[in-house]
Amino acid sequence: MIGIEHYIVVSSILFVLGVLGIFLNRKNIIVILMAIELILLSVNINFVAFSAFLHDLVGQIFAMFVLTVAAGEAAVGLAILVIYFRARGSIAVDDVNRMKG
Amino acid sequence: MIQLLAFYLFAALVVASGLLVILARNPVHSVLWLILAFFNAAGLMILIGAEFIAMLLVIVYVGAVAVLFLFVVMMLDIDFATLRAGLVKNFPLGLSIALILLAELVLGLGANSAGVLHLGVADGNAAPLAGAPNIEAIGAVLYSRYLFLFEAAGVVLLVAMIGAIVLTHRERGGIKPQNISKQVARRPEEATVNTQPEVGKGVSL
Repeated sequence: MIGIEHYIVVSSILFVLGVLGIFLNRKNIIVILMAIELILLSVNINFVAFSAFLHDLVGQIFAMFVLTVAAGEAAVGLAILVIYFRARGSIAVDDVNRMKG
Repeated sequence: MIQLLAFYLFAALVVASGLLVILARNPVHSVLWLILAFFNAAGLMILIGAEFIAMLLVIVYVGAVAVLFLFVVMMLDIDFATLRAGLVKNFPLGLSIALILLAELVLGLGANSAGVLHLGVADGNAAPLAGAPNIEAIGAVLYSRYLFLFEAAGVVLLVAMIGAIVLTHRERGGIKPQNISKQVARRPEEATVNTQPEVGKGVSL
């Protein structure tokens, strides 16, 4: 029978893959955003698994809010990406130093 | 038995497609693998009876977020080969950090299964309604106890939408927009003129 450990293992692996994706594709911000989506997906799997196995719906409600924030983050992130590309003609995030921060 | 087989199928596919998201050469392929990962995660959620979140995942992630990614990847003319240049250089650092993170997670899981940690039990305030489908049970909780949080989520989406529009909007010169007040203020006296030209002279407009 499937236990909660199965789901935790899957979501842990997915989370680590997301972190690895951020480190591997340090220049390509599109893939970084996709890796963030993977991390949020693993968090959602964890929330839903605990919600189902503890018989408590709050986890699923919270997964919905995580989904909302992920959608907003993707929209605003890609909008920033588009205007950055318009201004610079490149999306290499290694040499983003316009604000001299 | 079939449930266990389905779980392993979905789990293996979600992990494999997650790996291919971060390793694919072409970002368009990355987006497509991301879509496969979302579908399989939705399958995993259906297996434990969370149909609503699973359908939300398919509709919101596959239908909106992944398509947004695809749109941006295809719209921007990016040389992806140069962006992959640091991949080999970053590989040892990234892999070691990922392995440390995985070891920590495995340690936590082992501590939990050894009985050291107490996860606690749910307080029963948000227990699913007996006999009701998943969507009804979620609705009963979401529209009562979490109503204001639900509306706050709506505000978050509104702010994200306005932010994206404000960021990407640009004024373009050299276009002729419609001026409605000027059109409405037009009168027949100033728009038409009555002339009686002489024969063979013509009219100058």
